[in-house]
Amino acid sequence: MLGVATVILLLGIGRIAGISGIFSSLLKPKRVEMWQVLFILGLIISPLLYQLARPLPEVAISSSLPLLIGAGLLVGFGTRLGSGCTSGHGICGNARLSPRSLAATVTFMLFGIVTVYIGRHVLGLL
Amino acid sequence: MLKNIIGLLAGLLFGLGLLVSGMTDPVKVQGFLDIFGAWDISLALVMGGGLIVAFFGVRLAKRQQSSWIGTPIDMPSKTVINKKLLIGAMLFGIGWGLVGICPGPGIVLLGTGQWQAYVFIPAMIIGMLVYQWLEPKLG
Repeated sequence: MLGVATVILLLGIGRIAGISGIFSSLLKPKRVEMWQVLFILGLIISPLLYQLARPLPEVAISSSLPLLIGAGLLVGFGTRLGSGCTSGHGICGNARLSPRSLAATVTFMLFGIVTVYIGRHVLGLL
Repeated sequence: MLKNIIGLLAGLLFGLGLLVSGMTDPVKVQGFLDIFGAWDISLALVMGGGLIVAFFGVRLAKRQQSSWIGTPIDMPSKTVINKKLLIGAMLFGIGWGLVGICPGPGIVLLGTGQWQAYVFIPAMIIGMLVYQWLEPKLG
């Protein structure tokens, strides 16, 4: 489904389905395009659609405020500095065989793994 | 108008895909990142699957003169692997590992009413704004 959505955006309107990029465009109100607003809206509404078929999956998210805030700040800053996230680099960029995206993907995967390792197995925090 | 409909549709589909594949569940995401623990390969399969479909989409896109609505197909052209890219990816990876949420799932979680999303996403917005503010100074 992720692939199909990506392809629809690419072939349909010629744009990359990189969520961090699309979302950050909303923070530049003078230049944001309507399709970007609607894309994000689509993401937000999708759980409502999902629930027409079945109850939402149970998810377990950390309840630690410092972790949530810290993680949010890092993800926000990092995705802008690095020009993308798991959808933009991980799916779209690698699908284009972009060396930049491969480098970015390997890097964020590596640091994600290291963070979980240290957080879980060394510090017992995660 | 069609552009907007396609945008909305793609967003809905992407969101549904994330929900169906379990990618909105940090347990699954961190389970994938926890390669030394109880490893959950799901994320790799989801990303891989998306990547394969997108790969064929890109091939099709290269053969098309323009998108379905007539606009140019806008693919990034930068090729240089620089410090910004790698440091950005590093910071993103760390943040991702801490809570197991990245932008897409985070935004979808807003729609599920999970309170944590209402802390994570505003923080993410602040992070993005900080970058936007610093950007001219970073060169």
